[in-house]
Amino acid sequence: MSVVAIPETQAAPAPASRRQRLPLVSLSIVAAFVLVALLAPLLAPSDPYDQSLRLRFRPPVWEERGSWSYPLGTDRLGRDLLSRIIYGARVSLAAGVVTVLISSAFGAAVGLVAGYYGGRTDAALMRATDATLSFPVILLALILAVTVGPSFTNVVIAIAVILWARYARVIRGQVLTLMTLDFIAQARIAGAGAWRIITRHLLPNTLNTLVVLITLQVGYVIIVEASLSFLGAGIPPPTPAWGSMIAEGRDFVTSAWWVSFFPGLAILLVVLAFNLLGDWLRDTLDPRLRQL
Amino acid sequence: MAPPESNGAPVLEVTNLTKHFVVRRGGLGFSTGVVRAVDGVSFAIPAGSTLGLVGESGCGKTTTSKLILALETPTTGSIRFEGHDVSALERASRREYRRAVQAVFQDPYASLDPRMRVGAIVAEPLVINADLDAAGRRRRVAELLDLVGLPARAATLYPHEFSGGQRQRVAIARALALSPRLVVLDEPVSALDVSIRAQILNLLVDLQQRLGVSYLFIAHDLAAVAHMSRTIAVMYLGKIVELGDADAVALAPKHPYTKALFAAALPIDLDQPREEVTLSGEVPSPLAPPGGCRFHPRCPFVMPHCATEEPALRSESGRLVACHLY
Amino acid sequence: MPAVIDVRDLRTHIVTRWGTIKAVDGVSFALDEGETLGLVGESGSGKSMTCLSLVRLVPRPAARIVGGEVRLDGEDVLAKSEAEMQQIRGRKMAMILQDPMSSLNPVFSIGMQMREPLAMYHGLRGNAVAARAAELLAAVRIPSPAARLRAFPHQLSGGMRQRVVGAMAIAGPPRLLMADEPTTSLDLTIQAQYLGLLKELQQRHRFAMIFVTHNLGIVARTCDRVAVMYAGRVVEMGPVRRIFTEPAHPYTRALLESIPRFGVRRERLTAIAGQPPDLARLDAGCAFAPRCPAALDRCAEAPPEVTIAPGHTTRCWLHGPA
Repeated sequence: MSVVAIPETQAAPAPASRRQRLPLVSLSIVAAFVLVALLAPLLAPSDPYDQSLRLRFRPPVWEERGSWSYPLGTDRLGRDLLSRIIYGARVSLAAGVVTVLISSAFGAAVGLVAGYYGGRTDAALMRATDATLSFPVILLALILAVTVGPSFTNVVIAIAVILWARYARVIRGQVLTLMTLDFIAQARIAGAGAWRIITRHLLPNTLNTLVVLITLQVGYVIIVEASLSFLGAGIPPPTPAWGSMIAEGRDFVTSAWWVSFFPGLAILLVVLAFNLLGDWLRDTLDPRLRQL
Repeated sequence: MAPPESNGAPVLEVTNLTKHFVVRRGGLGFSTGVVRAVDGVSFAIPAGSTLGLVGESGCGKTTTSKLILALETPTTGSIRFEGHDVSALERASRREYRRAVQAVFQDPYASLDPRMRVGAIVAEPLVINADLDAAGRRRRVAELLDLVGLPARAATLYPHEFSGGQRQRVAIARALALSPRLVVLDEPVSALDVSIRAQILNLLVDLQQRLGVSYLFIAHDLAAVAHMSRTIAVMYLGKIVELGDADAVALAPKHPYTKALFAAALPIDLDQPREEVTLSGEVPSPLAPPGGCRFHPRCPFVMPHCATEEPALRSESGRLVACHLY
Repeated sequence: MPAVIDVRDLRTHIVTRWGTIKAVDGVSFALDEGETLGLVGESGSGKSMTCLSLVRLVPRPAARIVGGEVRLDGEDVLAKSEAEMQQIRGRKMAMILQDPMSSLNPVFSIGMQMREPLAMYHGLRGNAVAARAAELLAAVRIPSPAARLRAFPHQLSGGMRQRVVGAMAIAGPPRLLMADEPTTSLDLTIQAQYLGLLKELQQRHRFAMIFVTHNLGIVARTCDRVAVMYAGRVVEMGPVRRIFTEPAHPYTRALLESIPRFGVRRERLTAIAGQPPDLARLDAGCAFAPRCPAALDRCAEAPPEVTIAPGHTTRCWLHGPA
């Protein structure tokens, strides 16, 4: 029963009020994060590797003994915290983007193929997906770190190898719904083969979901990378990484609180911004998904 | 576009078409039964003519249409298209067959890819079958849109910018892109507003006259089927129970099921004489069809041997009926 | 005896981002016991919204009843509190909707679902509930009713589910039953059974019935009167026979002419030009004018309701007032 059935008119332009207010805060944080990471050399006041034993554990500028040459203080090796945080953004962004791109591409492909073919192919792929989903990321990364040694590549591999399964599941679910719609049957009736249907019909209709998922996953990857670095299984020192920076300040939380606090704050803000952005994307894109 | 000449053979001829689905349960897929969705169906559609297919849920009309559209392969039986056997096709010949048989489905909101512009949707069959270059396709798309009564600029718009009736026009344009000889119309107007249905039905009739295309018209609106079809086939649990001239079947049905069906159709003419036939019970599951005549448990005219002997489709005053009454 | 349901100038508006829609725009009708009104119209005509308005279940906050009177057995429904409405809904005014699968909760058995209204309406408990539920299922001709109470919705066919919905609807028993396209998703022969059942229930319990449908064939056979709605207004209303043989409003006429009829072989159906109206962008005049073959200049002004024969009214300048 239709409660509100508004007959559509031909090419009625949607009023400007239709689009929801842009999430300015999260969008600007994400944009700032990306810009900072890209322009790190220009923005950082000092060299993040520059040690100075004389300047160890200097507090942030607003405290006594603070100075504008190290606005957020220095760590145990006298390195400027602000510069390290700025350069650390590079690591987080790179880890986030690369990992998510790899895992989403592979995961979406698996989901599309499983959903399209169904039957035994689907069953086999889904068993593999289930097995992957149940494996803990941290454990895998630790194993890699212990056997091969910690590095950026290992972090990406460890996360991507497990993260793809999440995409596969979600995309497969969507593909199953899409497959019931007539336009897929119509494509087949017109003579389209599997490749064309998957790339031309299924994939574009899953893009909305993919975009939302990717945005939400970036935050997750950043946290995982930070956790790994914190545990010593991630990016090895002296490369500035927010997680290892928190680890370095662990023993000095009461005396030199800023060493752990500010990298932690950075993680919090960035991940929160990505999550909020992902939520907003899902809310804006969803109604149009419903239009199917 | 003058209607092409036919070679005399009916556009589509289906003989003893059967499709059985094996029902599997459990992880290892043990078979627990067979659904005889289509069980020995035969009919023919001449060129430029319309066959109406009616029946309720479980009768097999949807499976029949899928078999004809080569979306399923028959278990046994043959499908002949313009005299050529197309039942067991390989890819190349199936491509050819696909060009000649197209479909329009019920839901105008699900049959168009929401992510594609109308022009691309209508052109897709042309793209896949590598017929024309881009300019040629554009011309053909404009031609097709004009044929279905849509303005040329519709090609640049997306489906969601159109109403249900307009979307069906797009679907019809797409179905005609490859100049098919047969179009399967599966409930083409039931999802549309009542005031729009006549427009679309008229369009379909016009197109048939201009292009000489045949239709397989499947619908539960019996009056519409009677209006559009030259011949009507009535299906019940996978079999055809009556087949004959549309007006004859609609106004003077012979098979008890057909009588009940058309009695339930409730014509809007208040004074139309109707034989009131109300059936008891539900449609039985196709997994376990009744023995003998499949309709006998619900038949108001049932006789003893209806339960044991299955009636064959026999000729009776100009049409085919499968019933022991005749 | 007052009419069972008396609706006067009912107005329901919906605020959307495209503008305010007058979903129900001045609808009036009255029904006596045992009388059936067919409410005919297309999507967006307001027929479903009218029914929702009668039980005050319009989707808040966008939709609101903004005017008019609804009297059930003489009592003003629109003036009642929400608590009082809960006593009325389901018990005195019942609804049957189109899709039985979503009317029934898939995770509860039939018996458990019927328990709720029976406990609420009649204060029944325990065995009394089961007994009464089985009685109701028998009344809607469900075989083995006691056993059926344990069944789940997905175990029943579509026709059976609609019967269960029907059983719950007559549990009151109601004074007014509104059926919104109850047979559209059912097979034809099942539909015939179900319509017969509704008629039988109506004769037994003497409730008034509003039958919402777009299928004029059903209206012809099951309804006493018909109200034809277009863009929120009743454009014609009268006894079924009169409406079908002497339709006054051009929309009614066009509708009847556009429907294929048995035994009348026509080359082409008479189609109605144009598209259904955009309810958010209606002009002040008659909503059907853009598509009307007999439109006059005067149609730029909305026509009032006129009586052209006993019980037969229409809104059309072609029929006055002068």
